[in-house]
Amino acid sequence: MRIIVSLVLMAAAALAAEDQTSLTRPASLMKPAGADGFIQRWLLLEPIRVPGQLTEAAVHSAVEKDFPVTAAPLPKDGDVLKVGDSEVKWHAVDTVNYNVNLYHFAYALNRPTSNVLFWTVTLVHAPREMNNVRLAIGSNAASVWWVNGVEAAALYNDRQTVIDDAVSKRLTLKAGANVIRAAIINAGGATDFCARFLDENDRPITALTATLTAR
Amino acid sequence: MNMTRSAIRMSGLAAAAACALAVPIVALDGQPALHDPSTVIVENGKYYVYATGAGLPMSISDDGWTWRRAGGVMQAVPGGKPGADVIARGGNNTWAPDVIRVGDKYFLYYAAPGTQPKAAIGLLVGRTLDPASPDYKWEDAGPVAWSDGVEDSNAIDPGVFRDPTNGTLWLTYGSYFGYIRLVELNPKTGKRLYPDRKPVNVAINSEASVMIFRDGWYYLLVTHGSCCQGANSSYNIRMGRAKKVTGPFLDNMGIDMLQGGGKLFLGSGGRNVGPGHFGRLDLGDGVEKFSCHYEADLDRGGISVLDIRPLLWRDGWPVAGENVKGGTYAIESARTGTALELAVQGVPVGGPRGRGGRGGPPPAPGAPPPPPPAPIPPQDAAQVSANWPEGPASARMAPYMIQAQQQWAIAPVANAGGYPGSPFFRITIAGTDRTLAATPDRELAILPAFTGAPEQLWRIDQLADGTYRLMPKAIPNSQEPLALSAVGSSTPTLAKFDPRSDRQRWHMRTQ
Repeated sequence: MRIIVSLVLMAAAALAAEDQTSLTRPASLMKPAGADGFIQRWLLLEPIRVPGQLTEAAVHSAVEKDFPVTAAPLPKDGDVLKVGDSEVKWHAVDTVNYNVNLYHFAYALNRPTSNVLFWTVTLVHAPREMNNVRLAIGSNAASVWWVNGVEAAALYNDRQTVIDDAVSKRLTLKAGANVIRAAIINAGGATDFCARFLDENDRPITALTATLTAR
Repeated sequence: MNMTRSAIRMSGLAAAAACALAVPIVALDGQPALHDPSTVIVENGKYYVYATGAGLPMSISDDGWTWRRAGGVMQAVPGGKPGADVIARGGNNTWAPDVIRVGDKYFLYYAAPGTQPKAAIGLLVGRTLDPASPDYKWEDAGPVAWSDGVEDSNAIDPGVFRDPTNGTLWLTYGSYFGYIRLVELNPKTGKRLYPDRKPVNVAINSEASVMIFRDGWYYLLVTHGSCCQGANSSYNIRMGRAKKVTGPFLDNMGIDMLQGGGKLFLGSGGRNVGPGHFGRLDLGDGVEKFSCHYEADLDRGGISVLDIRPLLWRDGWPVAGENVKGGTYAIESARTGTALELAVQGVPVGGPRGRGGRGGPPPAPGAPPPPPPAPIPPQDAAQVSANWPEGPASARMAPYMIQAQQQWAIAPVANAGGYPGSPFFRITIAGTDRTLAATPDRELAILPAFTGAPEQLWRIDQLADGTYRLMPKAIPNSQEPLALSAVGSSTPTLAKFDPRSDRQRWHMRTQ
């Protein structure tokens, strides 16, 4: 992981100063949601090459082909997957911004940033059962999102990340750990995502913490 | 003019009543024929309006859309006619009432004209508007204002106004002969607070005055022009505004209404001639309507009818809105600028193409220019719906691309009830029967066919800023009234209406 962090920092050095610390290695067990409720701790899987088509049918085809999401075990930092002829590794990251910059992530690893599929997962801990909440996400570009194994939101076609671009129907977060998983497909250029939960009045929920292992 | 007005009004009403059931349903439904309506008032979910005619005819509606005649006010007054003092100050006729609730009482003011311009404004006091209530009765409280037939006043067409800034109660009255006058009333009794004080003149050359208040301004709305001549009536509603309840009321050009000023609020239009007798209907949550009558509804044989329309506000002035008409619309969120659509993969209008529109290579020297590219026809559902799901589908929002899944056919539904001013509407993807519906989990679905179920019927209210609020008539397993809401850029849902937010505001753009 130290290698990865170094790569991230090396890549960041070539970028604008404000981007240098956007992704860091988690330094604590838990990461509270930010002031605006954004989830800032994620496991990111190195990008997988896909055709980069962003229609609804193409996105679901790519996602279902490479990763049986609902049956997948929860990965750990450093786990390696074999996808086709190549191996890809999971990396734990914190982002200091509202969004997770996947371009920085892949570029730092000398991995492709275009025509790729990123997988990401985190555990969101709720202090109590929360009803009528919504997962609210934005992504560049298309993405599909699952909460505790159930598809909750999706975005298709070429697009930029907009806060709360897609919002799930009302759902329930269990007390304790809830698995949030997503697939993001990028065709070209910048790629990132953001995610948070909203309460029944559309206000961000800040009383959540993210970890990468079940407590 | 005023000498013949009574006879004209009476004959017009008789004709209106005779025709009311035989005309096509266009504006309000049921029996909307009346003349000189009062402010529409709501009690226990029912809507009431009173009008000119023998005994002060009363109309009631359960939903504000379908109206029925319900007898006359004077049937509930001891003696069945204006009190003796009212008749002595004015006459036996009963015209142009207005009504207001103050505390636990209703004050109903009406004109009792004699030989014009001798007239009186009478007051009736009641505890309920519902004729079916055991408490229903109106008590004569005598005259509150009058004109002697010589002075510069014709004491008809009362308009009552409660000042929201301090709770004071005011009455304006008058008609063409001289001035529109203002007197202060006692909120406890409805009678004159200072009977010996001289009325304040606030306008001239008009009638049907009434005052409203908003954001520090008092607005005086009056009707100009001639009435009671069917489609030859030039009635139109005009207004001025003042910082004090007593005026001066100036129009948009600074002309005092005492000198004939008045900014146009509503004139003839569409199939309706001669709007008059403005009344404000505040439904709360920032939803305002106004009532008026048209001298001639051309779709109802030219009779005089009641209408209820959205009341908008722009640049500090009230604006007459239009009730939604059937047609094809894009429904665009005021919050996000994205448009409601059936959640299917869109197809570019004209089909996938390259970077068109750049004209291609230049023609060879001397060669004639190539013909201009042919127009691309509009996209309709039949062209692109082969892969649309057959069953229920999701609704979402996306940038508006003029595509078929974003085109909504909105049509009134007959015999399904309505709300003030409009029937309920069905909202379907144009060219299909795919219907927008509320679901039991307070979300949205697009069902394959319209069945007329209440969760498929929509109330569409235009709001003060010109945007629209869309609400299902009912939500399965829920009693909570909810509105179409943009919870994010791409996600519509149902949520409690918040008048301070753009979440539930939608632009309806005709296509």
